[in-house]
Amino acid sequence: MRKITSILLIFCLVPLVSFASGPEVKLDRPQLNPGDKISLQRGAQTFVNYCLSCHSAEYMRYNRLRDLGLTENQISDNLIFTGQKVGELMTVAMKPKDAKQWLGVPPPDLSVIARSRGPDWLYTYLRKFYRDDSTATGWNNLVFDKAAMPHVLYQLQGEQSLSVKNVDDGHGGTHEVKELKLDKPGTLSKTEYDAYVTDLVNFLVYLGEPAATKRVQLGIIVMLFLFAMLGLTYALKQEYWKDVH
Amino acid sequence: MSKRLESFIGWIDERFPLTANWKAHLSEYYAPKNFNFWYYFGSLAMLVLVNQLLTGIFLTMNYKPDASMAFASVEYIMRDVNFGWLIRYMHSTGASMFFVVVYLHMFRGMMYGSYRKPRELLWLIGMGIFFILMMLAFTGYILPWGQMSYWGAQVIISMIGAIPVVGETLSNWLLGDFMLSDAALNRFFAYHVVTLPVLLVVLVVVHILALHEVGSNNPDGIEIKANKDPVTHIPVDGIPFHPYYSVKDIFGVVVFLIIFTGIIFFAPEMGGYFLEYNNFVPANTLQTPDHIAPVWYFTPYYSMLRAVTINFLWIDAKLWGIILMGGSVAIFALLPWLDRSPVKSIRYKGPIFKFALTLFVISVFVLGWLGTKSPTPLYTILAQIFTVIYFAFFILMPWYSKIDKTKPEPTRVTE
Repeated sequence: MRKITSILLIFCLVPLVSFASGPEVKLDRPQLNPGDKISLQRGAQTFVNYCLSCHSAEYMRYNRLRDLGLTENQISDNLIFTGQKVGELMTVAMKPKDAKQWLGVPPPDLSVIARSRGPDWLYTYLRKFYRDDSTATGWNNLVFDKAAMPHVLYQLQGEQSLSVKNVDDGHGGTHEVKELKLDKPGTLSKTEYDAYVTDLVNFLVYLGEPAATKRVQLGIIVMLFLFAMLGLTYALKQEYWKDVH
Repeated sequence: MSKRLESFIGWIDERFPLTANWKAHLSEYYAPKNFNFWYYFGSLAMLVLVNQLLTGIFLTMNYKPDASMAFASVEYIMRDVNFGWLIRYMHSTGASMFFVVVYLHMFRGMMYGSYRKPRELLWLIGMGIFFILMMLAFTGYILPWGQMSYWGAQVIISMIGAIPVVGETLSNWLLGDFMLSDAALNRFFAYHVVTLPVLLVVLVVVHILALHEVGSNNPDGIEIKANKDPVTHIPVDGIPFHPYYSVKDIFGVVVFLIIFTGIIFFAPEMGGYFLEYNNFVPANTLQTPDHIAPVWYFTPYYSMLRAVTINFLWIDAKLWGIILMGGSVAIFALLPWLDRSPVKSIRYKGPIFKFALTLFVISVFVLGWLGTKSPTPLYTILAQIFTVIYFAFFILMPWYSKIDKTKPEPTRVTE
């Protein structure tokens, strides 16, 4: 029965649904710098302080954070709050079953979230929370409507509210424009908060593919080698083909 | 050659035809001297095959074919295995590049009439390789057990189930379950790392044996064996594969590697075309993604699958879609008998063939692009139009290739 349902589902629905995942919001682009280790360290700090209590990053080991210029002792002292060893994976104590009961849906693992969502989405998402009394958490999000996640950074950003305006579109009709307004300021200014989130997203991008920096470095060496080979192999070919007429 | 080495090879030759094979397939295999750019892709396909086999072995050492561990084991390879990320990217980029190379290889055959007599069987063996390659790509794509792995496979599996009479049984037999599950993942792993690679390697060997029996075609589409030196019996327009084409192919390999490693090191996701973003989300059997799209190399067929929207005769739209999709691949096998032109190569074929081939290539690209999009009424109509053009290229070929105005073929190959 389940199989029949799934077949029906695929053939009936898939061709019809498009990007039905809520309203299209223009995504902002953060200024990321994967080589900025200080920014990555700040992002890591934010990540373990705010994200890692509910979200895991269970494909990542703590001691891999040496990539960010930290020693194992620094990692143990500053970034591990769970009593885990430095070689262990960045798991979370919350059981998925409990999480489902408390939050409606288990918080997704964040190891490769930057690879599936993309940095622009994350950067915009983390800045577009607003107060909404109709939801269970009291928070809603412009990018992800009815997100199960509350705004954990609200003390820093402050509290925003949504205002919907009908704007004349110049063709006799109107269209809705959704805007967020800062009602209660947080401890950071808008610029400071944007920079704060940029550091976090910078870290999430690193977390998605820790080998990325090494990959590019190795790539340059491989390219240099191949271009040298290109000249050599071309000369070899020309030498052999001299006598073909 | 030193005396010692010579006597050693003599010792082997008495027991195994080493020198005879070296001569037959390399140093005295005479290939036409006028190969152009399009003739690199056969040897490049071999290179990618070796790349896939070698990197595949190393991936197998760390990958876990278990629905609860597969996704994590791929990330383990990406993070904790020494150079695991490189091996994985070589394999994932290799999969896409295999199709790039094979599509160009097939297009070469279509341009220069390489499927025509006496190379019909060579072409059919090639079609077998193409089919196995698609099976390999499909089974391999399931292994990371991401959302696209799971739901993409679900679409294909439900297609097998839609085959009349035997569909259900066949799908259960292949899956080992009534739905896509851990049992199926184990089986697909077995198909991907044992069954299909063995078949592929055997077919590639057979393909090369068949090629060396009939000899290579060339951009002029004339037989170099028709013009042999009266004394040596060597084709006058032929040159030994080794060293001429071995050194030329090495140069081609370096050019290819620059592109290949460029992708691996600087853009392994290729903007979501080689590694889809949604496949970085672990498979969730309860949540259908908003948008299911296959990897780029399957998108033209996927477009044709979706193009049929009406029930026709006693067959419903879904089954028609499957028939069209299967037919769009299988119809290549008929090419040797569809082409009735007196000449083989596009160089001497007339304007109708050139026009038809151009339209065909455009339709493949448009269908491929449409396959990555969510369908809208406009896109569906476009897909229908280009599906008709795609099939018309083949079905009308016996007619237009006959009436087309051709130029006379030369007696010797041209530069």
